[in-house]
Amino acid sequence: MRKKKKDISILGGRVVDPANNTNQITDLHIAGGKILALGEAPEDFVPSETIDATDKVVCPGLIDLCAHLREPGAEHKATIASESAAAVSGGITTLCCPPDTYPVIDTPAVTGQIRHKARKAGYCRLLPQGAVTQDLDGERLSEMAALKSAGCVAVTNAYTPLANTLVQRRAMEYAATFGLLTIIRPEDQYLSNNGCAHEGKVADRMGLPGIPEAAETVAVARDLALAETTGAVIHFHTLSSASAARTMAWAKREGRRVSADVAIHQLHLCEMDLEGFDSHFHVRPPLRTDTDRDGLRDAVAKDVIQAICSDHQPHEPDAKASPFPDTEPGISGLETLLPLTLKLVEQGVMDLSSAIARLTCGPAGILGVPLGTLTPGQAADICIYDPAQRWFVNAEKLLSQGKNTPFHGWEMPAKVTHTLLKGRLVYSLENEETAE
Amino acid sequence: MSRSNAELQLDESGRLLHFLTIDGLGREMLTEILDTAEGFTGVSERTIKKVPLCRGKVVANLFFETSTRTRTTFELAAKRLSADVLNLNISASATSKGETLLDTLRNLEAMHVDMFIVRHASSGAAHFIAQHADRGVGVINAGDGRHAHPTQAMLDMFTIRRHKQDFVGLRVAIVGDILHSRVARSQILALNSLGVSEVRVVAPRTLLPADARSLGVHVYHDMDEGIRDVDVIIMLRLQKERMQGALLPSEHEYFSLFGLTEKRLALADSEAIVMHPGPINRGVEMDSQVADGSRSVILQQVSYGIAIRMAVISMVIGTQNLHMQDVAV
Repeated sequence: MRKKKKDISILGGRVVDPANNTNQITDLHIAGGKILALGEAPEDFVPSETIDATDKVVCPGLIDLCAHLREPGAEHKATIASESAAAVSGGITTLCCPPDTYPVIDTPAVTGQIRHKARKAGYCRLLPQGAVTQDLDGERLSEMAALKSAGCVAVTNAYTPLANTLVQRRAMEYAATFGLLTIIRPEDQYLSNNGCAHEGKVADRMGLPGIPEAAETVAVARDLALAETTGAVIHFHTLSSASAARTMAWAKREGRRVSADVAIHQLHLCEMDLEGFDSHFHVRPPLRTDTDRDGLRDAVAKDVIQAICSDHQPHEPDAKASPFPDTEPGISGLETLLPLTLKLVEQGVMDLSSAIARLTCGPAGILGVPLGTLTPGQAADICIYDPAQRWFVNAEKLLSQGKNTPFHGWEMPAKVTHTLLKGRLVYSLENEETAE
Repeated sequence: MSRSNAELQLDESGRLLHFLTIDGLGREMLTEILDTAEGFTGVSERTIKKVPLCRGKVVANLFFETSTRTRTTFELAAKRLSADVLNLNISASATSKGETLLDTLRNLEAMHVDMFIVRHASSGAAHFIAQHADRGVGVINAGDGRHAHPTQAMLDMFTIRRHKQDFVGLRVAIVGDILHSRVARSQILALNSLGVSEVRVVAPRTLLPADARSLGVHVYHDMDEGIRDVDVIIMLRLQKERMQGALLPSEHEYFSLFGLTEKRLALADSEAIVMHPGPINRGVEMDSQVADGSRSVILQQVSYGIAIRMAVISMVIGTQNLHMQDVAV
């Protein structure tokens, strides 16, 4: 039997809803799992529960454009249940997962299985991305229409970008036929040539095989040209260079139908962090120069890059316990996505509304889904955080099954206190602390 | 988390705990290594070629990449210090059975090995092992990926000092595949730290890092210009596989542009010495006349390699011993 959805009033918080230009202290009312009203509640509304949000920020639940959940196929790293629980503790209510699972998300059956597991776990929404080619082989197109009907919100080739430009063109055209967004992680694999660090001063000195900036800029230029030819809507995922960000600024001025995101760690770290060969800083695309980091920050502030994602990649400890080049790239990032973004506000990179926008209506707009706002009538996916509660990241204490974070010991500026999915409380800091 | 090269390699009194890279060691430590090696050169010439400095210690040669010269000279150096030596050719045993590097390490530690001498194809491997090794276990880098080969660089410095006495004022040219060379990276750090007046690298752009100048060198693409008036020429080995992957068109063209011949050698200082870390590809990096000629010090490098490795092994084991005694007290 389904539980009746509670009617809730969230009282006295600073409501930040960038899609509606809202940033004010007010009340928010939820009925039937949907946003009912901001400010005054309708006269006949009697909430069965209230949440005191005094001195807290109330914003739409976050949408993470890319989180590798590892299930099916790599449950020793993480599971859908473990990671969605970690997600809501970080204020994320929607996860978008790429298709590089085993088996690959290239059939409606796998798509359905993943969505079923997420519903069973019950923490957050899961929007799968389908594989653009069968088994991610880069040659045979997947059954995109079927994937879309099964619930895939976009298609992508994840970590194996299409080397063959003709296949890339056909893939964009075919996806566009069904109005499916093509997500591209821009990397020319010939130029990246099995590198593991940004080709530059630091990798030169450390003798780490380099990935040149051109591996990204060549791919961005190529796929922008193909998008213009095909009329497809494309999205560049996890940009790492200031040069690619400048190309995006140009594309925006030209009115191209293209968007981009960046992984949060790219806005805080750079190649210098590799000194000492700590494998927690091994990511793909690689951490580039501090100039690149600043260029990316600027692009995010100016909405040239519309979304910040976690690019969450949980690993078992063994995956990072090897010499740097032999380790698996990636960071367990769900729980640090919001606080690290808020750190940018603290550092004066952008204002609070812009920061929240990059985590809510920004990614929602890219995917074309009616989420990421507090507009009355929309699903009540809500994140409440305490902007005064500072905390230190402790890798071992992460809820994610992956403890691989380079941010261990960093001070975070805010802590999530409540997360609601469709008006249902799926995380509360209080319960978490009581459990401990 | 990650520690700086100096923090990892030196104890609080500045003594050598591990020898992983030249980076962060400073001129005094490098000079101390050279001076210690100087004291060991006599040992090889005695009838009984042994000193008892490391008696009762177990040194493991942990080679994940094949090597003859480096492994043999490390083995000889350890044996001349009276240590027991284990030679482990890991590429052929453990990893093919799926054992992780850490497991290999833990197993050897359970056998109470006192020192690991490590060669590995991945940059940072020696750092990784030093960070995970038990207290009291020293680690020496015998070559990791493209990163560092510090004992090779030190034996080269030793050879230069023997011939040139002082580093100050010297001009040194390193010729060949700088991009993939751990030897060149360590040499450049050592030469600059010891105060030579100029380090040059000579290579086509495909064999240089994109920003080679940041390593602290002057870059030349023309061999004649690059070796003009230099006091030391270090030729690097050209791996055969560089002919693939569009790095070079042919050995023939490489030799015609960058090969060291008697005629080219005449452009260098009249007292210039010629070095090579070995093994030489005759007719690719240099002519046989140069390799076997009076200016070549290539075989001396090999002999000095033993003294340098004795110096480093004894220094590291000495420091680790001190620390273990501290623990015992």
